Amino acid sequence: MSKKRRNQLLFWGFLSPVLIAFTITVIIPFFMGIFYTFTDWNGVSKNIQFVGIENYISMFKDKEFGHSFVITVIYTIINVVLMNGIGFLLAFLVTRQLKTRNLLRTGFFLPNLIGGLILGFIWQFIFNSAVTSVGKMAGVDFLSTSLLGETKTAIIAMTLVANWQYAGYLMVIYVAALQNIPEELIEAAKIDGANGWQRLKHIMIPMVMPAVTINLFLALSNSFKVYDLNLSLTNGGPGNSTEMLSMHIYKEAFILNNMGIGQAKAVFFFIIVAIIAIVQVYFSKKREVEL
Amino acid sequence: MKKYSWKMAIIEVFGLALFIIYMIPFYLMFINSFKSRREIIQDTTSLPDTWNSSNYTAAIEKMDFWSAFANSMIITFFSLIIIVFCSAMAAWVLVRSKTRVSKILFFIFIAAMIIPFQAVMLPLVKLMGMIDFTIFEFNFHMLRSHYGLIFMYLGFGCSMSIFLYHGFIKGIPIELEEAAIIDGCSKWKVFWKVVFPMLKPITVTVMVLNGIWIWNDFLLPSLTLGGSIPTIPLAMQMFFGQFTKQWELALAALTLAIIPVIIFYLIAQRHIIKGIIAGAIK
Repeated sequence: MSKKRRNQLLFWGFLSPVLIAFTITVIIPFFMGIFYTFTDWNGVSKNIQFVGIENYISMFKDKEFGHSFVITVIYTIINVVLMNGIGFLLAFLVTRQLKTRNLLRTGFFLPNLIGGLILGFIWQFIFNSAVTSVGKMAGVDFLSTSLLGETKTAIIAMTLVANWQYAGYLMVIYVAALQNIPEELIEAAKIDGANGWQRLKHIMIPMVMPAVTINLFLALSNSFKVYDLNLSLTNGGPGNSTEMLSMHIYKEAFILNNMGIGQAKAVFFFIIVAIIAIVQVYFSKKREVEL
Repeated sequence: MKKYSWKMAIIEVFGLALFIIYMIPFYLMFINSFKSRREIIQDTTSLPDTWNSSNYTAAIEKMDFWSAFANSMIITFFSLIIIVFCSAMAAWVLVRSKTRVSKILFFIFIAAMIIPFQAVMLPLVKLMGMIDFTIFEFNFHMLRSHYGLIFMYLGFGCSMSIFLYHGFIKGIPIELEEAAIIDGCSKWKVFWKVVFPMLKPITVTVMVLNGIWIWNDFLLPSLTLGGSIPTIPLAMQMFFGQFTKQWELALAALTLAIIPVIIFYLIAQRHIIKGIIAGAIK
């Protein structure tokens, strides 16, 4: 065998396991999915009819889909702001010269390692039993009924749990960024008479801006794709008022068996996620150029 | 370097208060998992009268905890091994081959990272259902099987893993490999004896990121395993469907489900934190 042939064999041999798995699980389903959006496929029937863009039209006419979209966007926006605020605050805390900083770091990060499904069940207990029982004992009216029982408070409850789960993750990234700030820079500012707030505003925050970009998009795409927490905490209820987009797509496809419409919604979902990702790449590239 | 001022003490107290608030859900879950149902309803916040482990025995039995635990272990373990080996191999040939095909393939792997699971899940289930045949009396089926799910984890996990390995391998000087070839090593040996051992730091990152995801994943196994092979998240979900308001059992089951994660975290904390940072900043 010639050297060139052998190199080619090695190239394709080393690539083939991932190539096969990746093609079958991602590439083929992705294009199959786009194809199905133009059909009336219901998942079972062999008789598939072309329906043009009818699925997309009915998607945009679907009020429940619109509702899902709006609450997902609201939930995402609240989370992006809160998670980054809390994440930065936690990072600031655990980078001070505290005696307990390692304990704090460990604790704040812990919820992150446990899946959204299990955390949601734990919090369902907290909201439905613990909070209400404390509320009744203390005679606080609005705590004595479960937060999960009403649409607005249920969304607040979800945001609360999401922040509790995810702020520690952002904290870890902010900590890495804060530790990268040269000590001399802060010392120099101190000698020049900058107080704590000025040091935070003029040195720390500008120096961690690259981490802010990363974290904004992490919070954004994670909140937008939420499913597990949604399922275990509210299961879309009360009614289907807290049904986020992922759950809406799941139900449309696997419970109502409208695969065509469900997939059209999934493609719409993909387009939004892709736009978020492209904007992110654009911003990170731009920053690299500036630096 | 700095002295411990009263200002620091206030920050410390604030931090500890926040820590306690953070831990309250775990604390409440834990203490209530030892109570009877009546005790939970009467007073959720006090310690149990007696530390009775009967909820745990019942939960382990009803949830079939050990078989769920074994399934989660098997699936996570083998998925990680396969993802690590296959992605490292693929990333290496993609870095070292300068052809256009290699660049295009790498670009496709990276671009596919933006495809959310929700966008492919419906056709994926359909396609996997079609892969079901028998050779030599062995029925090969992608749905409801460990190997089917592990195969899919390779498909979904390889993009990010190749990306991480690719960045790392670019920093390894090619001279090392050339020297080994001059010494008579075959390329196959060069990879396993020279390159792969050097990938250790990034392999830890790849394992941490994929491990957290696979261990906790719910949607993919729920669509492909169904009720036949419950993992821990699947068993939890089924358990809640059946015993909705039996909180005493549910809390014991939840405590059981998170204990392995906490033990793992306390042992491998440094690696986990490093992995998260390396994965995010890429």
